Amino acid sequence: MEALILTIIATSIPLLLAATGELITEKSGVLNLGVEGMMLSGAVGALGAVLWLENPYFGIIAGALSGILMASIFSIFTINFMTNQVATGLGLTIFATGLTGLAGAPLVGKTIPSLPKIEIFLLSDIPIIGNILFKQDFIAYLSIAIIIIITYFLKYSKPGVILRAVGDDHQSAHSVGYPVKKIRWYATCFGGMCAGIGGAYIPLVLTPHWSEGMTAGRGWIALALVVFASWIPWRIIVGALIFGGITIAQLVGQARGWPIPSQILSMMPYLATIIALTIISGRISKNNSVVPASLGKPFFDTQ
Amino acid sequence: MEKEKGSELLLKATKINKSFGDFSANKDIDIDVAKGEIHALLGENGAGKSTLVKIFYGVLKPDTGSIEINNKEVSISSPNSARKNGIGMVFQHFSLFPALTVAENILIALDEKIKFKDLISEISKLSKEWELFVDPLKRVSELSVGEQQRVEIIRCLMQNPKLLIMDEPTSVLTPQEISNLFKILKRLASSGCSILYISHKLEEIIEIADQVTILKSGKSIATIDAKKTTTKFLAETMVGKEITALKKVNTKTFSKDIALELKNLNKPNETNFGISLKNINLQVNYGEILGIAGIAGNGQVELMEVLSGETITDNENEILLESIPIGSKDITERRQLGIETIPEERTLHATVPNLTISENTFLTYFSKYNKTDNIISNLLNNHQNSLIESERILKDNDVRCPEVNPLANQLSGGNLQKFILGRSLANNPKVAIFSQPTWGVDIGAATSIRQKLLNLSQSEKAVILISQDLEEIFELSDQICVINGGTLSKIMPVDKVTAADVGLLMGGKLDTASELEIIK
Amino acid sequence: MITFTPRDKVSKNWTIMGPALSIFFTVFFGLLIFALLGYDPLETLYQIFISPFSRIDRISDVFVKACPLIIIGIGLMLCFRANVWNIGAEGQFIMGTLLAGSFALLFPNVENKLLIFIMIFIGFVGGALWAFIPAILKTKLNVNEILVSLMLVYVAMLFIDFIVRGPLRDPMSFGFPLSKPYSDGALINKITFPGIGYLGQLHYGVLFIVLLIPFSWLFVNKTLSGFKINVLGAAPKAARFAGFKQNAITITVLLISGGLAGVAGVIEVSANIGQLQPEVSFGYGFTAIIVAFLGRLNPVGILFAGIIIATVKLGADNAQMSMGIPKVVTGLFEGILLFFLLTGETLQKYKIKWSKVKK
Repeated sequence: MEALILTIIATSIPLLLAATGELITEKSGVLNLGVEGMMLSGAVGALGAVLWLENPYFGIIAGALSGILMASIFSIFTINFMTNQVATGLGLTIFATGLTGLAGAPLVGKTIPSLPKIEIFLLSDIPIIGNILFKQDFIAYLSIAIIIIITYFLKYSKPGVILRAVGDDHQSAHSVGYPVKKIRWYATCFGGMCAGIGGAYIPLVLTPHWSEGMTAGRGWIALALVVFASWIPWRIIVGALIFGGITIAQLVGQARGWPIPSQILSMMPYLATIIALTIISGRISKNNSVVPASLGKPFFDTQ
Repeated sequence: MEKEKGSELLLKATKINKSFGDFSANKDIDIDVAKGEIHALLGENGAGKSTLVKIFYGVLKPDTGSIEINNKEVSISSPNSARKNGIGMVFQHFSLFPALTVAENILIALDEKIKFKDLISEISKLSKEWELFVDPLKRVSELSVGEQQRVEIIRCLMQNPKLLIMDEPTSVLTPQEISNLFKILKRLASSGCSILYISHKLEEIIEIADQVTILKSGKSIATIDAKKTTTKFLAETMVGKEITALKKVNTKTFSKDIALELKNLNKPNETNFGISLKNINLQVNYGEILGIAGIAGNGQVELMEVLSGETITDNENEILLESIPIGSKDITERRQLGIETIPEERTLHATVPNLTISENTFLTYFSKYNKTDNIISNLLNNHQNSLIESERILKDNDVRCPEVNPLANQLSGGNLQKFILGRSLANNPKVAIFSQPTWGVDIGAATSIRQKLLNLSQSEKAVILISQDLEEIFELSDQICVINGGTLSKIMPVDKVTAADVGLLMGGKLDTASELEIIK
Repeated sequence: MITFTPRDKVSKNWTIMGPALSIFFTVFFGLLIFALLGYDPLETLYQIFISPFSRIDRISDVFVKACPLIIIGIGLMLCFRANVWNIGAEGQFIMGTLLAGSFALLFPNVENKLLIFIMIFIGFVGGALWAFIPAILKTKLNVNEILVSLMLVYVAMLFIDFIVRGPLRDPMSFGFPLSKPYSDGALINKITFPGIGYLGQLHYGVLFIVLLIPFSWLFVNKTLSGFKINVLGAAPKAARFAGFKQNAITITVLLISGGLAGVAGVIEVSANIGQLQPEVSFGYGFTAIIVAFLGRLNPVGILFAGIIIATVKLGADNAQMSMGIPKVVTGLFEGILLFFLLTGETLQKYKIKWSKVKK
């Protein structure tokens, strides 16, 4: 049981990170559909760095940097050249699939050491909870920290208010004197960093070797999670755990020989995403104040 | 205080130039604003007023020119530096964030650090002092337009401004709110704060301003003492020619035939940003103009949608044309029945900017052009058939085009509106419904559009005019009612009400017109 | 610093210049990346862009490869014109193929070519049904079609895998996940040229494109429905004002694009594979998105775009064989190409101005 919960948590962390990053990006009014691509880059970056420097912590940094690099490409085109965000995001994923395939080719067949668990003094000795919550790896702690910081940041800090303002009405933000493009750059790069670390988690903890397209749609599920969470950070935790649970349930089902074909079980996370979106979208279309009002709209500044 | 006026300069701008691409919005503009002076900027749409004040507020950068404040040359590179120089601005379309609270909206324009608790008490203090009441914890999207303007003003007052710029502040206010605003502005001015006041409303300028600078096509053409001038003189200087008055025939006979009726119409809002229409009753006769006054965002858009047939009603008996239910008819069917609507948004709603004028003519009349006996031809895009019709519309309505059959976005606002109107009238409607038909168009076009409305009613058509512009409503309408919060007041004959009464209804101070009568 | 100023009128020069410059920059940046990763850029250039044209049979293979891309691209063109973001053509391709293939397998001994025509129809229905899911969810419940259509790609991939390994597996396939071979009536033959014989893999399915391009051109430019689609994409409110039924248009474009993806699948499999297998599409549905954009959402443009992208795909195959570069690199070129194409669209609307930063 304990092991099961640990696997569910581990499975949900990449989703959690990527979705949190995308939430910040979207709060600033930018819709980056390239999460899948940024995660892939994070994964290959992490693998490469660990093989080269032989320390899993460099994998985290490399993953973050790879994600930021991809987000920068996205930002140049959508923010500076005002290209269509949907199409550019798709392009980013396609581009990153190609790039990581190329960069990952020499890594095929090599295995990396996994990210060590960190026991938190005393707390990790608490029965059951200690093992689950306080014997985690660095990224797991980091992701929880990010959620807490983000919640505080958006709600109580002035930069957080500014970020929301830019996503709400970029023209007004410009009139009041905020550099809309710069703020969107930061938000998009933060999203890229989170997606990159989320992607890095896959080789660092889940499957320690490279395979093409190893994120398997997690980036897209992360995008759906942001909608599912109605742009509220803590709800991402709930959503990510549900999806982690479903993913693990199908693996358990396959292992225990449930009389359902494995492929049908494997469809579960994707079908669950569709169902979750359907349920939540009905509500959002009635109460659309949760959606950042200038989401996906390019900003043209006159000077 | 009075004596000091005009003695000392606060703002001195010289030779301000600004162009966008090939279009030059400001040409060598000079303007001086004295301390404690209310200085009006008057001009038609596109004269360059907004561009000029956006330069003062640092939103736009001038190409050339210098700005001095207190006799010291300053460079205003951003709104932040404008605020540091003591300049505050209330924007025409506001610069508020609907999803944020009032306090957050104010916080965002403050350059110094402040604790949230102190901010709230500071807001309460100011709002009491200046009688600008708002709840700091409410979201801006829940506020009325008038309240939103208060937020903008408080936001400026927080900085103790030396110069307050107000861009068309009264276009969204009721008469009562306007007189309150004027009280505040006068108080501000007498406390030493200068005010740069943009408007195209002449009476207003004479009432409030000390000096008035008139802009025309990007140039400053005159600065006059506002206390020693007349509206007629201002208008003619602004337009550059004599203004033709509307020809209104007073000996008009009312037909008693009912054209269009709404009976207990209800329409719940589709999203929480929309307005629910509640129990709307309305009747317009042939030969009559019914004016619907109201501040934007009180259900006008939703009312237009149900009138036009863009959304159909659940119960077809809620809308009747000559006593026949049409609530379930869609917009195309209603056009065929002779109901024409002209929506508020000219581009992207009434027209598609990247299509030609003939395609835009085809847009609303595809059913007419594609109604032939040939089945194949009905499936085709026969927009070339509308070319002759569109040319006739352009000619009849004096629409000036840069080339033959231009794209809709090549026309100026006024010309585009004349085309849209002409396109609808070409269908020879029985009932014509207009929303904000002269909003943002130049005086010449506005006069011609208003004359068209009058002509329609004189040729025994029924006209509904939805407008924010009270002057326009009173000038044109035979009957008046007010929309507020999705409900419609009783319909009143124009000679039985005053602008002040209508203002009270617009502000929601009175729930029904019957209360109005009791007060009287 | 770069600043943009809006143009009064969309620049006509950029309509052709945009894609041409995009291709140039893509090749430049693509090769730069290859050079950085340690591959010989000139050799890559030759393999990817020139080698597919080095022999006549290879040229005909470019057309074969372009065939599904163009068919799907035409369907996506309709969606994108209407501002409907169907990115699940890959799934619709698979489901169309699967439904038509299952039907074909019911008739193991039919030689009559009528069967393939019925299959094309069924393939259309299969793809359209798969696209109907996002269509109905979008129009009735306002669910984002991007995410739904994409999720359904994964579902379709798993579903065909299940069918081919399970119910439709050929008992004689020695454990390989393959269905029985199609009967002759379900196959599309290669074209025999008198005196030459076959030209590479060139097959009769290519004729479908010969019909589709002019037909779709007429549809978007000359019919009322095409006009409605354009207006909806350009100004949804104006479409409502004109009295066009937005939901009906959205559903229609999704059904047609799903259907065409299904048809593309049937043609591809009946011409080149001849039986069902877990992997039938090789990313055609995603690549076609690029094709649609590169072709500027215009049928003739899509024809050329399909050929260009097919060249890169075949070139990547060659590069894999001769240089060991993984095939997925085509994505690299496709992505960069899309970026530059979209930038070209911005430059069509805005003039660009370089200016020194003022301090």
